[in-house]
Amino acid sequence: MNRSALKIFPQRLAVRAVLLAGMTAAGLSMPGAAMANKIFVSNEKGNTVTVIDSDSWEAIGDFPAGNRPRGIGISPDGKHLYVCASDDDTIKVFDAKTHDFLWQLPSGPDPEFFVLSPDGSELFVSNEDDNLVTVVDTAQKTVVSEIPVGVEPEGMAVSPDLKFVVNTSETTNMAHFISMDDYKIKYNVLVDQRPRYARFTNDGTKLFVSSEIGGTVSVINMLGENGPELEAKIGFAVPGVQPEWLQPVGMRITSDNKWLFVALGPANRVAVVDVKSHEVVRYILVGQRVWHLEFTPDEKYLITTNGNSNDVTVIDVADQEAIKSIQVGQQPWGVAVAPN
Amino acid sequence: MTVRALVRISVFCTLLAGYLTGWMALAGALTPAAAMDIKVGILRIDYPVLVPISRYDRKPDDLGFAGGKLGDEDNQTTGSFLGQTYSTVTVATPPENAEAATRKLAEEGIKYLVVLGHGEDVLRVADAAGPDVLVFNASAPDNILRDTECRANLFHVAPSRAMLADAVAQFLVWKKWNRWFLIEGSHPADKKLGEAYRRSAAKFGAKIVDDRVFEDTGGSRRADSGYVLVQRQIPVFTQGAADHDVIVAADESDVFALYLPFHAWDPRPVAGSAGLRPVSFHAAHEAWGATQFQRRFEKLAGRYMQSEDYNTWLALRVIGEAVTRTGSADPKVLRAYLLSDAFELAAFKGQKVTFRSWNGQLRQPILLTDSKITVSVSPQEGFLHQRSPLDTLGIDKPESACKAFDS
Repeated sequence: MNRSALKIFPQRLAVRAVLLAGMTAAGLSMPGAAMANKIFVSNEKGNTVTVIDSDSWEAIGDFPAGNRPRGIGISPDGKHLYVCASDDDTIKVFDAKTHDFLWQLPSGPDPEFFVLSPDGSELFVSNEDDNLVTVVDTAQKTVVSEIPVGVEPEGMAVSPDLKFVVNTSETTNMAHFISMDDYKIKYNVLVDQRPRYARFTNDGTKLFVSSEIGGTVSVINMLGENGPELEAKIGFAVPGVQPEWLQPVGMRITSDNKWLFVALGPANRVAVVDVKSHEVVRYILVGQRVWHLEFTPDEKYLITTNGNSNDVTVIDVADQEAIKSIQVGQQPWGVAVAPN
Repeated sequence: MTVRALVRISVFCTLLAGYLTGWMALAGALTPAAAMDIKVGILRIDYPVLVPISRYDRKPDDLGFAGGKLGDEDNQTTGSFLGQTYSTVTVATPPENAEAATRKLAEEGIKYLVVLGHGEDVLRVADAAGPDVLVFNASAPDNILRDTECRANLFHVAPSRAMLADAVAQFLVWKKWNRWFLIEGSHPADKKLGEAYRRSAAKFGAKIVDDRVFEDTGGSRRADSGYVLVQRQIPVFTQGAADHDVIVAADESDVFALYLPFHAWDPRPVAGSAGLRPVSFHAAHEAWGATQFQRRFEKLAGRYMQSEDYNTWLALRVIGEAVTRTGSADPKVLRAYLLSDAFELAAFKGQKVTFRSWNGQLRQPILLTDSKITVSVSPQEGFLHQRSPLDTLGIDKPESACKAFDS
């Protein structure tokens, strides 16, 4: 392991130096962006992960990641990259530095998406063909629990207070609130058609659930008298775009809880929503069929995967503007960014 | 009611129900009201038919029922969070016993009946079921059922011939293939389909430059050397047609359309009953999450999904979704909800499906397939409508003669 890391490191440095030189020449220098982070993009059809450097904003390589890689995430210490190889019924673990395949984790059948516990010890995986959420111990490499949920589970989120892991089921149209203590469902909240993704504000007071076919984002108040309760629904409208194509999927919320970014799928736009007022303040044009989102650790940039144009878009978060698109592999699905 | 009438009766008593109810008791769900059991019947009317031209088109014994089983399981899972249980009974019957079988199901307390059969039989079933039973047509494409012969208790999950023909017409017009050579079969259903294509051509500005009728004189279609005759006869049959961009085949009876591609006199694409076919669903469709839906079906049924299975699944999901949202099992409540703006359902077609309030037809995109992949999906870009682009397909409100849905 160490040896292979050593072998690769100088090479990577060299590549970056060249890219940096090119970037400066092109006038794309980003002052203040001291820390470079690797960005990993899963390519669902290409069966690869593309690696992008956040200094140069260039793809610096790719590696095979099993069949139909979709959900992707990185351990809090930045060492391990987890990829759902959906058609292999497993989660593959790669060395985030060397990109070497390390081992695989049991995931239950057809894993689509997962979320890591904040300490990285557990993975919560949605198995969409079997109506299950599988809990995996990342150190022991064992399945801890299988939790039956609604039809076609997809979105997963862990509440900041570690009380709940939330799963959304796409055909049942619910957000299921699973207790982290006993892995039993404590609450269900009905949302609009085909809930894809769930995201908490980092104070844990609100949960946002995107409904792809319903075309809305449900706002769930976590402080309701009788548990989580539906507080509002956010709709979207873009002149010249048929309402049918405004399909919210991936989401990210800035850590100051001010801005919610929502990928709108085939509308090729990311909506920027004021978290407090629920108002959409802007639509950012990105690549085609925009799916998932991730911030760089400093939250200066937001990366979007664009499944139909086979690229990712880099958004300047403060300016709420798209600044660059980068070609990746076939049908990019998810994105993970290495921590500092 | 004779015993003979019920060729096959089975009840889906999935293990799932019990398995889920056990642990759900612990879950403080959506404060469910009193436990509710929703009984659904699936009535399939079977007809004597010849073997199809293609082996791929053979009808499996569980056609429609398998889709219903998946829909039932989906409803069970969802219902388990809400204290609702579902049970589905399937019945296959010859046409002469369809009404008796319907009455028996109604007597057993079934308030929701999915029916697969020819248009005239679907109508007989809807009338025999009585006004208190909601009937869902999962196969008959007859326009008349959505028009002058509509029924207040009859919803249509299956697309109409008008919708299917419009879906093809929009694609051809988008391609600027506006000169059609229409070839119709000689059976009544083929004539109706031919009429639908004439109507679509007029609606979207295409022109039928030539038309012919392919008489079904019987044949040796499956003989060892069948292709030899086809290769000689089809060019002759299609010879000397006026200049056309595309052949449109209206052959619901499966007599000749599959022979047209490659064999026609002029090198032109074929659409309609062969070549580019309009379908509510097909087994290669994978967009919009359909892959996982196909996989779930294949695991359950051990075969590929057909349109009838999709339609039956969809009917079950329509019922389940309405029960979930209204918290009611009363057909009157559900009917009102289905026809309201509040009803919407995800159906693996990229946008929500809803019902037309004027005739109970489900608005839905139509897939266009070459039988291997999804070639396109209608409505096509640029065909606009003040209400929904989906209403560019089929019988629109101003043209509808249906009165049963006026309230």
